[in-house]
Amino acid sequence: MIYRENGHFKTSYAADRQIFPIPQDRWAILAILAFAFAGVPLLADEYLFRAILIPFLILSLAALGVNLLVGYCGQITLGAGAFMAIGAYAAYNFMIRIDDMPLLAALLLGGLASAAIGIVFGTPSLRVRGLYLAVATLAAQFFWDWAFLRIKWFTDYSPSGSVSIANLHVFGWKIDSPLDKYLLCLAVLTLFALLAKNLVRGAIGRQWMAIRDMDVAAEVIGIRPMYAKLSAFAVSSFFLGVAGALWGFIHLGSWEPAAFSIDRSLQLLFMVIIGGLGSIMGSFFGAAFIVILPIFLNQFLPWLGGLVGLGISTAAVSHAEFMIFGALIVFFLIVEPHGLARLWSTAKEKLRLWPFPH
Amino acid sequence: MAFFLETLIAGLMVGMLYSLVALGFVLIFKASGVFNFAQGAMVLFAALAMARFSEWIPGWLGIESLFLANLLAFAITALIMFAVAWLIERLVLRHLVNQEGATLLMATLGIAYFMEGVGQTAFGSDIYEINVGMPKDPVLVLQNVFEGGVLVSKEDLIAALIAALLVAALALFFQKTGTGRALRAVADDHQAAQSIGIPLNRIWVIVWCVAGIVAIVAGIIWGSKLGVQFSLVTVALRALPVVILGGLTSVPGAIIGGLIIGVGEKLSEVYLGPLVGGGIEIWFAYMLALVFLLFRPQGLFGEKIIDRV
Amino acid sequence: MAREIGPVILDLKNLSLSFGGVKALTDVSFDVCEHEIRAIIGPNGAGKSSMLNVINGVYRPQEGEIVLRGGHFTNMTPYRAAIAGFARTFQNIALFKGMSVLDNIMTGRNLKMKCSLLQQAFWFGPARREELAHRARVEEIIDFLEIQHIRKTPVGRLPYGLQKRVDLGRALAMEPRILLLDEPMAGMNVEEKQDMSRFILDVNDQFGTTIVLIEHDMGVVMDLSDRVVVLDYGRKIGDGTPDEVRANPEVIKAYLGASH
Repeated sequence: MIYRENGHFKTSYAADRQIFPIPQDRWAILAILAFAFAGVPLLADEYLFRAILIPFLILSLAALGVNLLVGYCGQITLGAGAFMAIGAYAAYNFMIRIDDMPLLAALLLGGLASAAIGIVFGTPSLRVRGLYLAVATLAAQFFWDWAFLRIKWFTDYSPSGSVSIANLHVFGWKIDSPLDKYLLCLAVLTLFALLAKNLVRGAIGRQWMAIRDMDVAAEVIGIRPMYAKLSAFAVSSFFLGVAGALWGFIHLGSWEPAAFSIDRSLQLLFMVIIGGLGSIMGSFFGAAFIVILPIFLNQFLPWLGGLVGLGISTAAVSHAEFMIFGALIVFFLIVEPHGLARLWSTAKEKLRLWPFPH
Repeated sequence: MAFFLETLIAGLMVGMLYSLVALGFVLIFKASGVFNFAQGAMVLFAALAMARFSEWIPGWLGIESLFLANLLAFAITALIMFAVAWLIERLVLRHLVNQEGATLLMATLGIAYFMEGVGQTAFGSDIYEINVGMPKDPVLVLQNVFEGGVLVSKEDLIAALIAALLVAALALFFQKTGTGRALRAVADDHQAAQSIGIPLNRIWVIVWCVAGIVAIVAGIIWGSKLGVQFSLVTVALRALPVVILGGLTSVPGAIIGGLIIGVGEKLSEVYLGPLVGGGIEIWFAYMLALVFLLFRPQGLFGEKIIDRV
Repeated sequence: MAREIGPVILDLKNLSLSFGGVKALTDVSFDVCEHEIRAIIGPNGAGKSSMLNVINGVYRPQEGEIVLRGGHFTNMTPYRAAIAGFARTFQNIALFKGMSVLDNIMTGRNLKMKCSLLQQAFWFGPARREELAHRARVEEIIDFLEIQHIRKTPVGRLPYGLQKRVDLGRALAMEPRILLLDEPMAGMNVEEKQDMSRFILDVNDQFGTTIVLIEHDMGVVMDLSDRVVVLDYGRKIGDGTPDEVRANPEVIKAYLGASH
């Protein structure tokens, strides 16, 4: 009754092309943002920041990047982790090799480096399609895994192979406590989500989707596959690069190449599948789901085991995690190939009609 | 020269194993359009089952003979893999008929995770041994041709022979038998095959069973070489470049691609590796395949695609 | 009709196309004049769709050239064809299934939208102005095709006849000089055919767009077109006004006298 479009007449095309055309949605999103910036800091404790909120924010950003490429442009990638790694290591090298490098600039440069390499590793997409391309993206994954492990220059000849950055600050604001880190990540994510939304609702987003849906027809109406595909690779890699730099600098503090292994790539892919391919909102749902699930299982399974008198080891929990993960992916693909985002929009659709469903 | 030959032969033998795993990919892809990312998990699963049953059976049945225990373990593992094939068809593939390749690929990723979880829960997650009595000592061959001869690992040689036999058997099965023909028909066009009365579901179970057998053999060979452990899943990742090099739909492609990748990997590791710090095997194969793809997008033997609009 | 047929703007010279050993087109030549409606007819497998695919660069002919307003194209690509002013619709509708009707037609404006990626990412300013300006043009096309009520519907959900209309809308959004229509009326009922014929005539009339169309319905072809090319087994067997073609003995033979 309350949630509906009736009575809100659009008088211009501008009003019709807003991100959230329904006023209630606009208020809701503003409320959520206000809560995230002001409410959460008052309520959350350190554990919540470290274990859930910060990983969620950063992985959401990465999932956004993957979704732009896979969900919007239809180019499957199994090498997303490599581009996070490139962002992290590039930003690291900018930080240590240039004096007084501002953190934000390093993040951006990390993203740009990742974007440039993304373009290089995206070129096979011009010749190769679908599954062949998916396998080809693994080349990036394995090459960069190797490079950051074996080429010592990247890790500044650190004997252990792990690198770290200390004394982070943005315009004099010292990023120290979990709260600071949370706020920084939140700000970055908010900005990038807005940029992503602008891209996908604009001309370039339509080009990506056209290539995804029917590439021959796209070319016939004057979309250059090269520009569309490579720009998708570049933007996606840029997002991933920034996310990777945040992951290394902010979340991990000190890290090794294993932090960005193929498991990370697959994890990101699952996020966008479960969240919803081709949906900005879905990237958030997927990231939340995958960040929270293991924590939930870690708490829940031993409790369940205790209930029936079984001691469940951590190893068993991690195996169970594998199983539940796998089963959920298959379940989602069969039951709701469009992911949580589709469930969400179906619910909204229902709500719009409520209480008169016909 | 002898050293080069040694490397070459070692490469060919590893390549044969890659061919075997690649064939598992190709068969499933041809018959169902599924790019089976779970192949690695199947190898791990089969190897774990094999290792643990051959360890448990002597205790259960009081059998002394290693051969008999292994044989029984193989039979049980095969039965389990058949059951897995049936379950995958029942619970997953059947519900995803006519979906896009990407969706199916991701479904097999889900299957892979699931099997890794189940395998380690049921059989444990330590390092186990498979002992099928493979000789571990190397032999010298071609002593009359080269001074000092060429050193070849007997174990690798036997493994390569077994793999070659299996590959040949599969190729024959695919080309010559009625089931093989049905498989090829399904590969060409699901709906057309169905309309002339080929039972799609049964065909899928069959190819997944075949892939299961391939997984057991690969699991045994690699398991006895490296020990049965989680890293076995990467065996499939290493066979992936073979598939794209050879073409997803080509049996000869899988064989020749496997040999090319095997040899390329070994040669690059030996001659190129020291220059850049070693450990390049894993990405070199991918780069090789990638560069190749740029010139021939459909792979060595894959069919050229003409777009119709 | 008010329009006047102008000089030759598209001249196809000695085009031959084969796939492996299969000859799809053999030495086909014909021309298209400005503002005219030119039909390509022929039995199934005569090479009609291949002809369109050659014209806008989806297939590359082994021999022959395409002369467009004096410019010679020996290796046309779909992108170059789009820039040169070709637009087309497809026999088996090639819409972007995951997008709404509005977005599908908006993609047709792609070549005319110049904002950079960065400008689009920040939306406010030039990108927004550009988007809204093109939106206004697209709304005109939506009005013209009478599909206002479905503009937000994903095209995958639309019935066949409407999808064909959206396909035409997307092509029109490119404001083409020459519009290639591949069986625009295939699979339609009489009413839908009438609607589509009206749109085609209106496009030709109002915008002066030159139209090359493939069609099976002889009644429609003979009514709509100014001149007709007849293909059979990849060769041209007839060329001229509908009446001339109807009287051509070779054409009658190809159709077994079955022209209705």
